[in-house]
Amino acid sequence: MEKFNKLTAVAAPMPLVNIDTDMIIPKQYLKTIQRKGLGKNLFAEMRYNDDGTEVEDFVLNQPAYRNAEILVAGDNFGCGSSREHAPWALLDFGIRCVISTSFADIFHNNCFRNGILPIEVSPEDLSKLMEDAERGANATISIDLEAQEIRGPDGGVIHFEIDQFNKHCLLTGLDEIGLTLKKEDKVAEYEETRKMQQPWL
Amino acid sequence: MGTPRTLYDKIWDSHVVDQLEDEAYILYIDRHLVHEVTSPQAFEGLRIAGRKVRRPDATFAVADHNVPTKDIEKGITDPESKLQVDTLEANTAEFGVPYFSMTDDRRGIVHIIGPEQGLTLPGMTIVCGDSHTSTHGAFGSLAHGIGTSEVEHVLATQTLVQEKAKNMRVTVHGDLPPGVTAKDVALAIIGKIGTAGGTGHVIEYAGDAIRALSMEGRMTLCNMTIEAGARAGLIAPDETTFDYIKGRPYAPKAGAFEQAVAYWKTLNSDEGAKFDTEVELDASELIPYVTWGTSPEDALPITGSVPAPSDFADEGKRGAAERALKYMGLTAGMKLSDIEVDHVFIGSCTNGRIEDLRAVAKIIEGKKVKSTVNAIIVPGSGLVKIQAEDEGLDKIFEAAGFEWRQPGCSMCLAMNPDKLAPGDRCASTSNRNFEGRQGQGGRTHLVSPAMAAAAAVTGHLTDVRELD
Repeated sequence: MEKFNKLTAVAAPMPLVNIDTDMIIPKQYLKTIQRKGLGKNLFAEMRYNDDGTEVEDFVLNQPAYRNAEILVAGDNFGCGSSREHAPWALLDFGIRCVISTSFADIFHNNCFRNGILPIEVSPEDLSKLMEDAERGANATISIDLEAQEIRGPDGGVIHFEIDQFNKHCLLTGLDEIGLTLKKEDKVAEYEETRKMQQPWL
Repeated sequence: MGTPRTLYDKIWDSHVVDQLEDEAYILYIDRHLVHEVTSPQAFEGLRIAGRKVRRPDATFAVADHNVPTKDIEKGITDPESKLQVDTLEANTAEFGVPYFSMTDDRRGIVHIIGPEQGLTLPGMTIVCGDSHTSTHGAFGSLAHGIGTSEVEHVLATQTLVQEKAKNMRVTVHGDLPPGVTAKDVALAIIGKIGTAGGTGHVIEYAGDAIRALSMEGRMTLCNMTIEAGARAGLIAPDETTFDYIKGRPYAPKAGAFEQAVAYWKTLNSDEGAKFDTEVELDASELIPYVTWGTSPEDALPITGSVPAPSDFADEGKRGAAERALKYMGLTAGMKLSDIEVDHVFIGSCTNGRIEDLRAVAKIIEGKKVKSTVNAIIVPGSGLVKIQAEDEGLDKIFEAAGFEWRQPGCSMCLAMNPDKLAPGDRCASTSNRNFEGRQGQGGRTHLVSPAMAAAAAVTGHLTDVRELD
C-alpha cells in the first residue's frame, strides 16, 4: 500500500448527499478479478452518456478537475455495498483523499486499506471547503496527515481527527496482515481456549 | 457483579485476541463466508505473499451474484461472470475451502444458505465480503460486511483489526397489525433514523414485536440494518432461534447442542446495560411501507404521497430529493398508490426465504398478474426452491403468471442477466433503490413480499390490506 503523508492537489466538489457505492462504481464493473483498471469506470453512470461520450457538466469531466486528487462530498459518502472496488476505482482515477461530514463504516475502513485518507469535517468546514473546491484548478487544497491539518487556498487551517492506528498505517504504508501474523501465537492461544470452552465451534 | 453489558459488548469481549493500539483490537472470526465478486483479489493476495488460509474449516464459499436464474444447465454465457465464478471454484480447490457448486441443490445466496445449513450460530463473529452479512445478526451473532483487503486478512489470520462500535437499541413495542411485516418495520426504522442514522453503531433490536418475529422475519430486519448505516444488527437468541438451528447439517449435534444452548441463553443485554442511542417505535401504528426515491430512507406509508423537495429542511436532502424525483420520473404530491409498475421482483437475501414465498402465494392464489407487469420470483436457495415446490407454491405462482426461477441474487443488483431496462419501474422485495441498482436507468420501489404480490396483481403500488 502506498504511504500517505502530505498532499497538495485540486479538489473536486460533489455537493450531493448519500453518494453510494453503486454510483461510485456501478455493478457491471465488479466482474473484474483485478484491483487495477477501474478508474475509467469511476462514477460511470453519472460521467458518461449511453453512447460512451462524456457528460459535459459532470465535475470530473471538466478541464479544471480532470486531475483532481481530492473529493469534497456531501454527507454519508460511500454508503451501500462493501465492494472495495469503490476505493479501488477512486485510487485508480487518482483520488487520494475524500472529505465529507460523514462516511459509511465499511467504505471508511476500505479507504485505509488502500492508502486513501477519508477526512471527516464539520458541516461549516465542509461548506467552506466546497466553496474552495468550486474555484477549480486555481484553488488547491493541502492535506498534512502527520499534523492532521487541511489548508485551504486562502491559508485557512482546519484541524481534523483520525484514529491513531489508521493514521500510523497510512503514514507507514503498513502491511496489516504481516502485522497480525506477528501475533500468531496469541491467535493460536485464543483458539486453544475457545476449543475447550465452546467445543461445538 | 461487573458492569452490565449489552449483547454486543459480550460478543465483542469474548472475541478480543489482543489490543494493538488505543482503539484497535484484533478480533477473532468464527465464520467466514466467501462469494465470487469480492474474493478473487484476496486469494490472489495470498498467493503473491505465499500465505495459506488459516482455517478452511471455518470458511465457506458459494457463487451467487453472477449466477443465472434461467437455463442454469447451459452454464454462464457472460464471459466475465463466468471467469469470476470459475476463479472462485479454482481458488476454493487450491486453498481447500468448502464450496457449493452451481449444480448443488444446497447452493444459493450466501446469506440464505449460511443459516439454512446451520453455519450461522449465536455468539459467533461472522464476516463476508458483502454488506448484507448483517442478516446473520438475527441469530445473535455479530455479523458484518468487510472489504476485499479484510477478506484477505481473515483468510490469512482468521482475525480482523477492528475498532469497537457504539451501542444502539431499537425497541419495537406492541404487536404488528395484519399485513405489516418485518420488511415494513425495517423501512419504517430507516425512514425514521435515515441511512446514516446507524453509522458507527451496532443495532440491537428488542421489544415484543421483535420477539414475535419468526427467524425469517428477524433475518429480513437484520439484513436491512446496513441500509440504516449500521454494519451489524443483533437480536438476542431465544427458543425461536434454537428451534430453527436444531438438526441443521452444520449445527452442533446432540449433547453438544444442549451445551451450546446453555451458553446461547446467556447472550442477551444485561439489565441496566448502557446504550449510546435508543430509538423506540410502536408496532401498532405501523402500516405497509414503500420507497419513492433513490435511498432506502425515502420510505413512506403506502397511504402517503410523493414528497416535494421543499418538504425537506436540510439543503443536502432537498437537492437529493430533487434529483431522486427526476430519476424516478415522479411528481411531488401524487399518491404513492397511483404509481404504476411494469416489473415485480420477489427474492434476494432480504426476502427470498420460504416464509416470504408463502406470503406471496397467499396473496396471489386464484388471482392473475396484470398483463402489463413482468413478474419474477427467485428463491433464495436451491433448498428454498425444493421446499416451495413440495408445498405446491410454484404451481400457484405459475398459474398466476409469475416466472418461477432458479436461485441467486438476480435482479437485486443485476449482475446476472436479470435486469431492468432504462425507465422500467419495479416493485421489489430487495434492499436497495439506488440509481441504476437493478439496471441502468431502472426505477426501484422497495416493498415487502406481500406488497410486491399486490402490486403484481393491480399493476400499481397497492396497500395489500385493501386487496380483495
